[in-house]
Amino acid sequence: MTTVEQRRLTHLQWLESESIHIIREVVAEFERPVLLFSGGKDSVVMLHLAVKAFWPMPVPFPVLHVDTGHNFPEVLAFRDATVERLGLRLEVASVQDYLDDGRLRERADGTRNPLQTQPLLDAIEGHKFDAVFGGGRRDEEKARAKERIFSLRDEFGQWDPRNQRPELWNLYNGRHTPGQHVRVFPISNWTELDVWQYIGAEKIELPSLYYAHDREVFERDGMLLSVGEFAQPKDGETVSTRTVRYRTVGDMSCTGAVDSPAVTVQDVIAEVAATRVTERGATRADDRISEAAMEDRKKEGYF
Amino acid sequence: MGTLLRLATAGSVDDGKSTLVGRLLYDSKSVLADQFDAVERVSRDRGLEQADLALLTDGLRSEREQGITIDVAYRYFATAERSFILADCPGHVQYTRNTVTGASTADVVVLLVDVRKGLQEQTRRHLAVASLLRVPHVVVVVNKIDLVDFDGATYDRVSAEVNASATALGLSDVITIPVSALAGDNVVNRSERTPWYDGPSFLEVLETLSPAGEPQSEPLRFPVQLVIRPQQAAGERFRDYRGYAGQIASGLVRVGDPVTVLPSGRTSTVAGIDTADGELQEAYSPQSVTLRLTDDVDVSRGDQIVTSRSVPAVTQDVEGTVAWLSDRELRAGTKVLLKHGTSTVQAMVKQVGGRLDLDAAELQPADTLGLNDIGHVTLRLAAPIAAEEYLHSRATGAFLLIDAHDGATLAAGMVGDALLATAAV
Repeated sequence: MTTVEQRRLTHLQWLESESIHIIREVVAEFERPVLLFSGGKDSVVMLHLAVKAFWPMPVPFPVLHVDTGHNFPEVLAFRDATVERLGLRLEVASVQDYLDDGRLRERADGTRNPLQTQPLLDAIEGHKFDAVFGGGRRDEEKARAKERIFSLRDEFGQWDPRNQRPELWNLYNGRHTPGQHVRVFPISNWTELDVWQYIGAEKIELPSLYYAHDREVFERDGMLLSVGEFAQPKDGETVSTRTVRYRTVGDMSCTGAVDSPAVTVQDVIAEVAATRVTERGATRADDRISEAAMEDRKKEGYF
Repeated sequence: MGTLLRLATAGSVDDGKSTLVGRLLYDSKSVLADQFDAVERVSRDRGLEQADLALLTDGLRSEREQGITIDVAYRYFATAERSFILADCPGHVQYTRNTVTGASTADVVVLLVDVRKGLQEQTRRHLAVASLLRVPHVVVVVNKIDLVDFDGATYDRVSAEVNASATALGLSDVITIPVSALAGDNVVNRSERTPWYDGPSFLEVLETLSPAGEPQSEPLRFPVQLVIRPQQAAGERFRDYRGYAGQIASGLVRVGDPVTVLPSGRTSTVAGIDTADGELQEAYSPQSVTLRLTDDVDVSRGDQIVTSRSVPAVTQDVEGTVAWLSDRELRAGTKVLLKHGTSTVQAMVKQVGGRLDLDAAELQPADTLGLNDIGHVTLRLAAPIAAEEYLHSRATGAFLLIDAHDGATLAAGMVGDALLATAAV
């Protein structure tokens, strides 16, 4: 007698399948989707899922990078190589352009993360994108924990957390009126650890700074900032060379590195599994401003 | 690598749901140091002696200000056994729609009851929602057991009350557990202060329940999301490729299986099961795959590919049970959109057949449905769908009603008379 084989997906297979379903729904129901691609690990995983969703067809939408002008050079190079390899169209919304012609002004604290909102909204409006894929995850932050997978934005790009559509079963409602658009988060249900396990399982390439390397850094507000064009030590901040890696990549002036000996994906998975501090807590100065920093940015149309 | 279990929590105001979730996250070491530091800091600012674990889950500014949970919050934690996705649903009456939302995707509904108050109206409503939405498991956490000095008799009384109500609503196998979320008794670790209870802790229960769906015993249902047709775009090899992309809603499919396309009723055979990782001989729910058929039949988005061994009927007349989620009223003559699987069709409400009275667990006559009402409707559709009783197929018996003008989601719908099924058992 043969035993009945249990057919159950592992949690990673389950997450992958859900994400592919979401990405396909968007392509089927929207006119002009776009995928936000920064070269950061979450957007890399999201793009990898899009490639799998439409195989053997090429990915049927362009990618958009909201460029702060404060980029890690290796991430920009990675972005361009990926776009080239997959034959994608890359649109860039440049914060620097907005600063140069006076539409935006540099903030006192120097961070450009909040400045990304206007170029993003203008690009969405200009290209008439009606669905925008973002790599946001609900485990990242408390306000994101309340975000829908299909999240409706009004004419001003605003998120109204108190008036979200209920999201039932896997029946996503992407109906919107002209001027509105929908932000779609295909990896909402993934955790940082899931993302890393998936990168390992699928052998997905990432920018090299996600792995341990020697770098000149200085400490500010408990974070290790890279010495360079966008961040210089002030008096009393001493520079040293340390073995570090990045858990997130963003604006170089406010994205911190962490001390880490993790050279391989497996090292990183072990490190993330044992970590005692969240990704954003460890590496994002701008999210420490207040309890509701992310909620406020999101309401205005941020990622 | 383990499996995944989806939970939805619900409870009345102040029965300690956020505290339980916070405790679960904290005791399973899913709360990280900086999150806990923030909670301790805010708790201190408010003059509390202990860290208020509810602050871990109340994410929005207005929630923290009012000390209540407004919207569904999703939480993630994992043990050595499996990963969990938890939909933390608010308890206020006006937010019942969030409980419906959370329950729609849940393998397990977790209800909280304050042991001092016993079964509340809101608890009955949540039990009814769990029954209506056919959530496979219900766990009732009888909380604040420390506040009745860990008295076993009080717990037994509440537990019996819960079980009687659940049985009346058609729920069997409800699990009850005596817990102090605040102190941690029976949440992750078994408590020594409840010697009269010899069952597992809350987390132990969650680690052993089986997720929804048994692919090998269910018929194949495959809503087609889109047609994959690369033409010139993917090179010579795929010039004539034509595949149907979708996520298997139920059952399993093998190469060579006879299938029927709905609503057309045309038949064919599965020629191939493709994924980006290679061809498969077999796939099962909830895998996302691309199917190829041996015949050049007309298949497009909104169609379903089903096993020819069990073909559901297609119809333009749907009797359904709806949980009304909008503050607009539903009445006969209302025109809406109905989304079922991957198909969206126009629908007209022919009749409102009544409203569920939760206290009596029966249908009362009604011409309209308002926010948070659960009732019975008859719909006429502009095009046929393969509607199956939700009672038999959670995956293909569900639908949404959508406002055609502004796109708002109006109702969670279930094909068939889920109410009678609930009350009759």
